[in-house]
Amino acid sequence: MSVTFSALENILERYPPSSEHLISALQDVQAKFNYIPPAAMTAVCEHLGVPVSRGWAVATFYKSFSLEPKGVHEIKVCLGTACHLKGGARLVESLERELKVERGHTTRDLRFSLDTVNCVGACALAPVVVVDEGYQANTNSRRLKKFLKNVTKE
Amino acid sequence: MITFSINGKEVQGQEGWTILEVARWHGIEIPTLCHHGALEPYGACRLCVVEVNDGKRSRVVISCMYPIRTGINVQTDTPRVLNVRRWIVQLLLDESPESPKIRELAQTLGVTPSRFQKKGVDFACHLCGLCVRVCQEVVGVQALSFSNRGLRKEISSPFHTASKECLGCGTCIYICPTGAMEQVFLRVHG
Amino acid sequence: MVQVSTALKSNDFRLATPAALAAYRESILAERDPNRTIIIVCHGTGCRANNSPKVADALRRAVAAAGLNAQVIPEIKDTGCHGFCSRGPLVVFQPSGLFYQKVQPEDVEEIVQKTLIEGTPVERLLYADPETGEHVVHDRDIPFYKYQQRLVLSNIGKIDPVDLRDTIAAGGYQSLVKVLTSMTPDEVITMVEDSGLRGRGGGGFLTGRKWRMTAEHGRETPGPVYILANGDEGDPGAFMDRTLMEGDPHAVLEGMLIGAYAIGSSEGYIYVRAEYPLAVKTLRQAILSAREAGLLGENILGTGFSFDLKLNLGGGAFVCGESTALMASIEGKPGEPRAKYIHTVEKGLWGRPSNLNNVETWANVPLIIAKGADWYRDIGTEGSKGTKIFSLVGQVKNVGLVEVPMGVTIKDLVLRIGGGVPEGREFKAIQIGGPSGGCIPQAHWDLPIDFDSLWDAGAMMGSGGMIVMDNSTCMVDVAKYFLEFLIDESCGKCIPCRLGLQRMREVLKEFSAGRGSLEDLEELDSLARAIKDGSLCALGGSAPNPVLATLRYFRDEYEAHILHHKCPAAVCKELITYAINPELCNGCTACARECPQGAITGTKKEPHALNASLCIKCGICFEVCKFGAVTVA
Repeated sequence: MSVTFSALENILERYPPSSEHLISALQDVQAKFNYIPPAAMTAVCEHLGVPVSRGWAVATFYKSFSLEPKGVHEIKVCLGTACHLKGGARLVESLERELKVERGHTTRDLRFSLDTVNCVGACALAPVVVVDEGYQANTNSRRLKKFLKNVTKE
Repeated sequence: MITFSINGKEVQGQEGWTILEVARWHGIEIPTLCHHGALEPYGACRLCVVEVNDGKRSRVVISCMYPIRTGINVQTDTPRVLNVRRWIVQLLLDESPESPKIRELAQTLGVTPSRFQKKGVDFACHLCGLCVRVCQEVVGVQALSFSNRGLRKEISSPFHTASKECLGCGTCIYICPTGAMEQVFLRVHG
Repeated sequence: MVQVSTALKSNDFRLATPAALAAYRESILAERDPNRTIIIVCHGTGCRANNSPKVADALRRAVAAAGLNAQVIPEIKDTGCHGFCSRGPLVVFQPSGLFYQKVQPEDVEEIVQKTLIEGTPVERLLYADPETGEHVVHDRDIPFYKYQQRLVLSNIGKIDPVDLRDTIAAGGYQSLVKVLTSMTPDEVITMVEDSGLRGRGGGGFLTGRKWRMTAEHGRETPGPVYILANGDEGDPGAFMDRTLMEGDPHAVLEGMLIGAYAIGSSEGYIYVRAEYPLAVKTLRQAILSAREAGLLGENILGTGFSFDLKLNLGGGAFVCGESTALMASIEGKPGEPRAKYIHTVEKGLWGRPSNLNNVETWANVPLIIAKGADWYRDIGTEGSKGTKIFSLVGQVKNVGLVEVPMGVTIKDLVLRIGGGVPEGREFKAIQIGGPSGGCIPQAHWDLPIDFDSLWDAGAMMGSGGMIVMDNSTCMVDVAKYFLEFLIDESCGKCIPCRLGLQRMREVLKEFSAGRGSLEDLEELDSLARAIKDGSLCALGGSAPNPVLATLRYFRDEYEAHILHHKCPAAVCKELITYAINPELCNGCTACARECPQGAITGTKKEPHALNASLCIKCGICFEVCKFGAVTVA
């Protein structure tokens, strides 16, 4: 916990105590810890001088915050219009079956988080799935399955 | 003083007043759910819609927030206005058919439950936000807030646990128009 | 990619006067040999996903290993998106314009040997005309580029976006110098008004008028005035703003600087989606290098004008593209819109006058200043001036980013630039304007694309996403898709939007299952009007549009679902069945192996059979069958 605490201190040092930095500070927490731990939320709110209820409202409103720990690998299936037309919904459904997890959640072994995104702006690659930083372009259920097997092996 | 008309009747109000304030001052009835005289208007329930014509165009606005302007013509019961109001009540009635407040509104507007009506629901929070606002603006703490968005939006305390800020004063329960706060309060106060 | 010049590295590098900028530009240009070959490797998201960074690396290695004569050593440059995403990775030789497509690292040696050393093109990497099969050597002769008018995009694909020297060499910040040294703020506003520029984010409000209103309100009360750029491009199927921010960030910065000078602001924000990590990184670098060079900050170019910028990241909320929600988000709050009975030009960010424009609007400004309002007015139509960037995606051959003058017809865009729909498909509609837009059918494809024509046709310009749909698209499904998108993105404050959209979806769900009645169509229409009239912001106010527009042009498809229980495009799950055609099935077993239900059985090399009672209609068998043996009806 002490390591966690110093990591948090580093984040807080970047921001003067003003409510306008709430989202930015929480984004840093999310990036550092992969989710928003309750203790970090309280610390951020205290540092910035905003009620915890405000931090809670913000963290639950924006999709990029997660209140539960994310998996090692983050899978984001694009459901923009171009991807929808080219079978994006089919990809999520098959990943849900494959990973035995519902969209928006993380597998029990904390290996994968499965999320949908409303367009990643890579419509020329439709249907596209973003796994961690990499774009899986013009993909299909079978290729994804293979790809994820390789990811697990690494 | 600003002079304008509501339903063809000339009325006056002070600069900075809203249409709703002037209407109520003159005894003209406009239904509301999320409005309370002691709190800042929020504009969520949209029941208080009226049609405003400023000589150039006509549009539907919410009277609880629209600042009065000289010469505007306000109509409180046009077909467009009633269409909005009826649908709001229809949607609310189907969400929480047992809520006395909603049933009363439905009766006034002649709205009956549809085939989409939910069964067995007695919890009737319509996210009017009176509890959140009274806690912040009147009590002076922020023990609870809206959380999530869209269909998952709800009133809650941080992490759904007892709030350290909550004084247990119960003002939120008192102001809640549907009684839903009684259940939420148990978790907020702990 | 990062090629910070020695001059920029030293801490005292600061362009102190307009003359210093001019001298700096001269020195950069003097170092350059206009005849030297530059090999440009596209690093847009599409090309990156298809390996372009590896292609660039391989090129650099191969060139170094080739032992070329010093005079012919090319410069290898990584740039933003060239737009022709379906052909990536793209490699272009300048100054000749030789254009290679779908280049992979293993092609690089041949490119170096043939093109650099022998001076001949590698034929198999050239673009081939789909009609004649003839090879096209230069980018300018490829139909996809030939019919475009790339003005705002003119630098993208030529400059290295993170090298300020490249921007300056290309003429960047010259318009800023022009306004700071020879124009009054009022003259700048007048010029933008005269140009007829309208907001590119979707609203189409006159930019000059907005600037004037903000400037006037700013003067009324003491305090800051804010300049904001909306880069929260959330429309699904759109990536114009991403490309601009990634490919030419300084154009956005320069536009904002000019706006700040005209309006009287010294503080600004760029609000960009966190889902665009590359755009965030590029903008961050652009801001830093502009600040270092003295093009942002105190006393810019010694003229006494000061302006600085912050970058704010959106957190995955489409509604934050709405102006008041965006401002709430910058203030550190949930992105709930507020009523705009008092406009943001009067009370915006922190209750102060604020001027918000889309990043594409900002990028148009330096062009207008450089070339004049008359020049700009000559491009486009009566009511819509200039060019517009569109992302052309969906069921079209040439997927990518295009820039055309306002007033081009849908047909020209889809056929001449887009190359039409893929073989064996039929054009059905084009969806314009994002989730709040509409679908325009083939019967209307002579419609000129401009703000007013689209509005009259029940669509809207939106930010410029264009999605081509063919006969495999079900319009009821499309309407349901957009509703689901908006339900997911609604902030949930207004009851008509939160519960009304949900009700519309329930009704459409019944249709897609073959239930419902024609009276429901009237109910939908009445509910749609209630949602439009009763919602606070533009999201709710336009949310019923996809349903209304599809009802307007494709009522027959709705009726087919309701009355005949059929989905003509074979999309709606409840109304379709999958089967295997024994005449086409050769028993390859691919479908049986992939079927999650074990619904497909059969012996190897013998026709397989599908047990409909086990089938969950996931469509995987259809997807994996290479022989067209899986049918859907």
